[in-house]
Amino acid sequence: MSEKLLYTKEHEWVLVKGNIVRIGISDYAQNELGDIVFVDLPSVGDWVEEGEGFCALESVKAVSDVYAPVSGKVVAVNEELEDSPELINESPLDKGWIVEIEVEGTPQVGDLMSEQEYAEYLKGV
Amino acid sequence: MTLRADVPLIFERSTPGRRGYRLPELDVPETPLEELIPQEYLRTEPPALPEVSELEVVRHYTQLPRRNHGVDVGFYPLGSCTMKYNPRVHEDLVSLPGLSAIHPYQPEETVQGALELIYNLSEHLAAIAGLAKTSLQPAAGAHGELSGLMVIKAYHNHRGEGHRTEMLVPDSAHGTNPASCAMVGYKVVEVPSNERGGVDVEALKKLVGPNTAGLMLTNPNTLGLFDENICQIAQIVHEAGGLLYYDGANANAIMGVVRPGDTGFDVVHFNLHKTFSTPHGGGGPGAGPIVVSEKLAPFLPGPVVQKDGDQFRLVMPEHSVGRVRSFYGNFLVYAKAYAYILSHGPQGLREVSATAVLNANYVMNKLKDVFELPYERICMHEFVLSGSHLKKYGVRTLDLAKRLSDYGFHAPTVYFPLIVDEAIMIEPTETEAKSTLDEFIEVMRQIAEEAKENPEMLTSAPHNTPVKRVDEARAARHPVLRWKPEASGEQ
Repeated sequence: MSEKLLYTKEHEWVLVKGNIVRIGISDYAQNELGDIVFVDLPSVGDWVEEGEGFCALESVKAVSDVYAPVSGKVVAVNEELEDSPELINESPLDKGWIVEIEVEGTPQVGDLMSEQEYAEYLKGV
Repeated sequence: MTLRADVPLIFERSTPGRRGYRLPELDVPETPLEELIPQEYLRTEPPALPEVSELEVVRHYTQLPRRNHGVDVGFYPLGSCTMKYNPRVHEDLVSLPGLSAIHPYQPEETVQGALELIYNLSEHLAAIAGLAKTSLQPAAGAHGELSGLMVIKAYHNHRGEGHRTEMLVPDSAHGTNPASCAMVGYKVVEVPSNERGGVDVEALKKLVGPNTAGLMLTNPNTLGLFDENICQIAQIVHEAGGLLYYDGANANAIMGVVRPGDTGFDVVHFNLHKTFSTPHGGGGPGAGPIVVSEKLAPFLPGPVVQKDGDQFRLVMPEHSVGRVRSFYGNFLVYAKAYAYILSHGPQGLREVSATAVLNANYVMNKLKDVFELPYERICMHEFVLSGSHLKKYGVRTLDLAKRLSDYGFHAPTVYFPLIVDEAIMIEPTETEAKSTLDEFIEVMRQIAEEAKENPEMLTSAPHNTPVKRVDEARAARHPVLRWKPEASGEQ
């Protein structure tokens, strides 16, 4: 599935399915954060604004925000992360997904990077 | 002697029937407990206390601290924490009955000496800050931040400017700064750093506005760098109607050299347990007094001590934000800080800061060829290196920190400030001899070599400590916060 993923400069990935956007963090991001010990998830029904932090990831090193690549309503959260935050480390692109956001209209993701572009971007980080 | 990894808890050493002390024979008539205490408050089962002999207690509690690392055991270069040596004479002093045997409920006229001490310490701290009035009430640094922000908020509200709810905080700030803002209901506006590690002045100009309540700044900042633009920064914030808050965590760098009040700050907190050498860590207790300008003095937390003629009185400032601590704060901590200030005198405190800055620059210059130094400037009392070049050997800053324990050094602060990748923040303090600094430098250089040649030595460190590498993620995910008796089935 990972070939469909798009990436942000803040190291989130997004997967677009119609007007639903699934969001997680990249393998690079989980590696940089180190062991994640707590995920402060938003609630279903919350409105998130593009560019703003909507979820906090607490690792043994620091607390980091996850930024919303699109504006919309949270329609699902990965509740398994409450008991097993390590899923983000173990399976960042799949079982470690964080939220699904429903956008109004078609998701505007034209600025996001493809897997190859993201790999290039990481070389310069 | 090798220290074992697993030490039984005092509860686990318990042997039924064993005892350490026998109470003397009762020499008064015995009254049944039921007559003294209402039935509903009486236990039905005896408490699960450990049954141990006196010798077992002595050995247990003598062995435990041997497994600790403290400044009394070895070098403790924990950045932003100022782990200086605390003179033993302070302990003698605070055991004087005039200080230790008084009670906060005593009438003022019977504790004039204690009130005079509070008053004089307040005056000295105000002189060091270059500001007008002090409240010693806050019990720790972050508590000082909270109290200081409450004063700022009360001041704006009093002037009918309650709409000022944005607090500017640099991206290099201590994490407590934004947390304190959140506690008083302020919105945090992050200010970026410039390429010299200071506040980006041009960005600041764009971020201030009619809703600006103030700016929280640490100077020197968490990179150990003094912001040369501080007077311009103060002007920008003041012209926008905001106030300047000085996070005094790094005040050990500036005593007797720079007074924060002279550079435009309106509120300062000091950490007595850092700068003024009172015990630190493990609960301290600490003290985080705040000092403010004349116009903010009516809003200070109280009570504060006022001098009327030759009498000292406890008073509440006119528009006080109220009490932030029971009674008068951590009084014996004040006594130690007061002794520290008096024994050093103005020139001595200046030398404390000068030596702290010299020590940090010495260590920085001896390490900058083997570690990355992201901001190469003369530092103040601490400096920040990056361990990012070790990544290519599969080694992280965390591993380096763990390896330092093997050599008998406490790890520096790591992964902070957040703006430096794989940060290592080193604060030697003024109380370390050059020979100790040289040993530390030698070990750091040796570890940098090990990272290249034997990275496994670092990634599996520590090897020489009673407890080896701990699983920090598991400790955070599944913390065991207290011992529970297995038999009771208590959850």
